Amino acid sequence: MATLFQGVGAVTPFSASTSLHSNKLHLPPRKSLSLSESRGAIFVHRSDARLNLKPATPKQDLLIPNAIATKGDTSTPTKSGHELLLFEALREGLEEEMERDPRVCVMGEDVGHYGGSYKVTKGLAEKYGDLRVLDTPIAENSFTGMGIGAAMTGLRPIVEGMNMGFLLLAFNQISNNCGMLHYTSGGQFTIPIVIRGPGGVGRQLGAEHSQRLESYFQSIPGIQMVACSTPYNAKGLMKAAIRSENPVILFEHVLLYNLKERIPDEEYVLSLEEAEMVRPGEHVTILTYSRMRYHVMQAAKTLVNKGYDPEVIDIRSLKPFDLYTIGRSVKKTHRVLIVEECMRTGGIGASLTAAITENFHDYLDAPIVCLSSQDVPTPYAGTLEEWTVVQPAQIVTAVEQLCQ
Amino acid sequence: MSLSATKFVHPITTPPTSRSSDKPLFSTFFGSNHTKLRFNKPIVAAQRRSSSAASTSFSPVVAVSSDVVKEKKLKSASNLLITKEEGLVLYEDMILGRFFEDMCAQMYYRGKMFGFVHLYNGQEAVSTGFIKLLKKEDYVVSTYRDHVHALSKGVPAREVMSELFGKATGCCRGQGGSMHMFSKEYNLLGGFAFIGEGIPVATGAAFSSKYRREVLKEPGADEVTLAFFGDGTCNNGQFYECLNMAALWKLPIVFVVENNLWAIGMSHLRATSDPQIWKKGPAFGMPGVHVDGMDVLKVREVAKEAIERARRGEGPTLVECETYRFRGHSLADPDELRDPAEKAHYAGRDPITAFKKYLFDNKLASEQELKAIDKKIDELLDDAVEFADESPLPPRSQLLENVFADPKGFGIGADGKYRCEDPKFTQGTAHV
Repeated sequence: MATLFQGVGAVTPFSASTSLHSNKLHLPPRKSLSLSESRGAIFVHRSDARLNLKPATPKQDLLIPNAIATKGDTSTPTKSGHELLLFEALREGLEEEMERDPRVCVMGEDVGHYGGSYKVTKGLAEKYGDLRVLDTPIAENSFTGMGIGAAMTGLRPIVEGMNMGFLLLAFNQISNNCGMLHYTSGGQFTIPIVIRGPGGVGRQLGAEHSQRLESYFQSIPGIQMVACSTPYNAKGLMKAAIRSENPVILFEHVLLYNLKERIPDEEYVLSLEEAEMVRPGEHVTILTYSRMRYHVMQAAKTLVNKGYDPEVIDIRSLKPFDLYTIGRSVKKTHRVLIVEECMRTGGIGASLTAAITENFHDYLDAPIVCLSSQDVPTPYAGTLEEWTVVQPAQIVTAVEQLCQ
Repeated sequence: MSLSATKFVHPITTPPTSRSSDKPLFSTFFGSNHTKLRFNKPIVAAQRRSSSAASTSFSPVVAVSSDVVKEKKLKSASNLLITKEEGLVLYEDMILGRFFEDMCAQMYYRGKMFGFVHLYNGQEAVSTGFIKLLKKEDYVVSTYRDHVHALSKGVPAREVMSELFGKATGCCRGQGGSMHMFSKEYNLLGGFAFIGEGIPVATGAAFSSKYRREVLKEPGADEVTLAFFGDGTCNNGQFYECLNMAALWKLPIVFVVENNLWAIGMSHLRATSDPQIWKKGPAFGMPGVHVDGMDVLKVREVAKEAIERARRGEGPTLVECETYRFRGHSLADPDELRDPAEKAHYAGRDPITAFKKYLFDNKLASEQELKAIDKKIDELLDDAVEFADESPLPPRSQLLENVFADPKGFGIGADGKYRCEDPKFTQGTAHV
C-alpha cells in the first residue's frame, strides 16, 4: 500500500510536505497554552511563509495569524526526519500531546489493552494507565457524551470511534452537545474534544463499515471537521485538533493507515482551517481530500503525460472550507473539478460546489464538475465496490472534458 | 411477570396485580385509587452484597414511610434530623423554587417568555433535599425541568429569570432558554432538551473528578456529580449505558430519578416493563434506593448517604424519588389525562406544607419566621422580574459569538483573512 502511493508520478505527498517544512514559523505561544511556554516554541506549519503575525493579545486570548498563503519552496528537501506509517504518525502526535498536557486522555473501544483496532493507540495504555487510555464498553452515544462531560469539566479527551460509522450512534451527543453546548451555555463551557476514527470505503468491508460521515456531520454548527491524508498532515492535524478549544472531528481513512512518509523530527502543528497545495498547476483546479487525493495524483500523472497541468489541492478542512486557497486557485485556473469519496447527495462536494459558485462565480469558465461516490450502499463485491468510488480514469476523462 | 398478563389500561382505573414481595409498594406507589393510600412497611434498599434484590437485607440507607408526622413521633426531640438553621435553609430553598415557578407561569401567560417551559411545582423536595448537601464545586446535571435545580445550586434568581425572558443578562446570555440552564460558576452543567442526554455528560463530569484524583493526583478532588432525570428517561439506552459505566469505574455520581409517574401523557406503568426503577441499580452493581420524594427530610437522608458514598470513592448510587408534578408537563400541556384523584392525593402531600408542619411541630421555626422568609422570597422574585424586564435584549452582534470557543473555526474567507476578523462578525451580520 505504501509503495503504491509512493510511486505516483513526479508529484508525491513527499514533495508537498517538503515544500511546507522550509517555512517554519516561530510563533509566540498562545496565552491559553501555559504548558507550552516552558517547553519552548511551537512550530506552526502553515502553507504560507509570510510572517504577518499578530501576537496574541490578552483581550483576544488567541492567535490569529494573517492567513495569506504563498507558494512554498519546493526545492529544499528535508535533511533529517524519520520515516513512519500514517497510524504511527497519528500515534506520535497523540503521544506528544499526552506527554505535554496531562489532561489529554483517550477513550474508545479497544484503545487501551488492545492498542486500538488500527494500532493508533498502541502502547499508550501501558505508558499512561487505564484511566488515561480508557477502554470503554460498546456504548458510543454514552461514552461520547462522557467525553463531552469530561471536556466541559476540564479534561481534553479524544474519543475514538472504532469505525466512523459507529459514530452514527453518537449523533445525538455530537450534534446536540458537542456542537451546540458552547453556544447554549452562552460561552460558559468549552468542549475541547477530538472525535476521530477511520471511515471511508475500504476493501470489501461491506456497506455499514464503509460510510462517509463527513456529509452527515457537516451541518452541525459549532464543530470543525478535518480529514488527514498523509502521515505528515495526520500528525499535524492530530496535534492541532487536540490543542484546539473547539470540538474537532478528525476523519481518517481505513486504507491510508499504512502510508509511509518521512516527517520532521521537530515538533510541528498544522492549521486546522487551511487547505494543502499538493501540486501547483495552471489548467484546472482539482479539489479533493483523504483517499481520493491519491486517485487524483494517479490521474495527474496520466494528465501530465497528456499535456495537462492540473493544480491539486487537498482541502483538508472539510468544515470550514479554506476559501482563500481554493479561491486563489479558481482565479488562476478558472476550472474546478471536485473529487471526493462522499456520497453525491448532500456530500462535501455538494457544499463545496455551492460555496465556490457563491464566492467565485465570475471566475469560472466552465461549470464546476463534482465527482463523488454513487448514492449506493457500498456493495461487498469487489468489482461493484470499485464502481461506486471515483477511479483515476474517470478523473482523467473529467479533466479532459473540462479543459475542452 | 404477572403484570403483563393483566389488561392494564390505565393505572388509576385498574387495580394492579402485584408480585408477592412488593405488594404494598406497588399498590400505593402508582397513584392508584386504593383506599389505603399509605405504605404499610418500610421499603429497604438493595445492597450490592445481597443476592436477591428485594427486601431481605437492611442497610443504613432506608426509605421510610411517607407519613412525616408519624415519623416525627418516633424520634425524640434531641434526635431531630436537622437543626433550625438547616431547616430554614431548606424551607427557603423550597419556597424559592415554588414561588419562582409560579412566577414563571404568570410571566409566560403575560407573554414575557415563550417556547417550552417545564415547571417543577411539587418536586421541590428532591431538588432541595439533594442539592443543598452539595459543595459549590460539585456538579449538577439536569433536564429541561431545570429552573429549580439551577436555583438550588445557587444560580441567582435574577439570572435565571433573565434567561427565561431571553435577555442578554441571563445566565446563558439568552442563548439557552428555559431548557438550557448552565452555570460555570455554580457548576450546573445543563439543562438538556432531549431526555437522557445529560446522563452521559454527568458521567463525564464524574469521570473528570476521578481522573483528577487518580491521574492528576490533585488533592481534594472529590467532586460529586448529581444527575437528575425522570421516569421516562429510565427506559432510554443512555441511562443503562451510563449505569454500567459508572458502576464499572466506580464514578462519583448519584443518579437521581424524579419519578413523577408521567412522561407528558405517558404513564410510567404503560411504558415500563418493570416500573420499579430502583431495582435496576443492583442489576448494574450499585445500590438502588427508593425514597418518598415528597418529603424533603427523607430525601435528604438518602442523599446524604449516597453523596458521601460517592465522595469516599465507593461508586454510584441509583436513587428513585417518588414525586409528583402539580402542573402539566409544560405550560403548553392542558394536563387533562391525569386523574384528579391522583392529583388531589399528591396535593395533600405537598412537600412544603409537610415540611412547614414538621418545623412547627418540632419547634424549629415560628409562623412569623416562615412568613418572613415568604416575604423575602416574594421581594427577591419581584426584583428578579424587574431586573429581567429592564435588561436589554441580546444585540445583533451577539449572534455569532460563542458558536466556537475559538472563532477561527469559522474558517478562512476568500480574502485570505480569518472570517472572524471580518467586522461583520462582531456586528453579527456576516453569513456563516
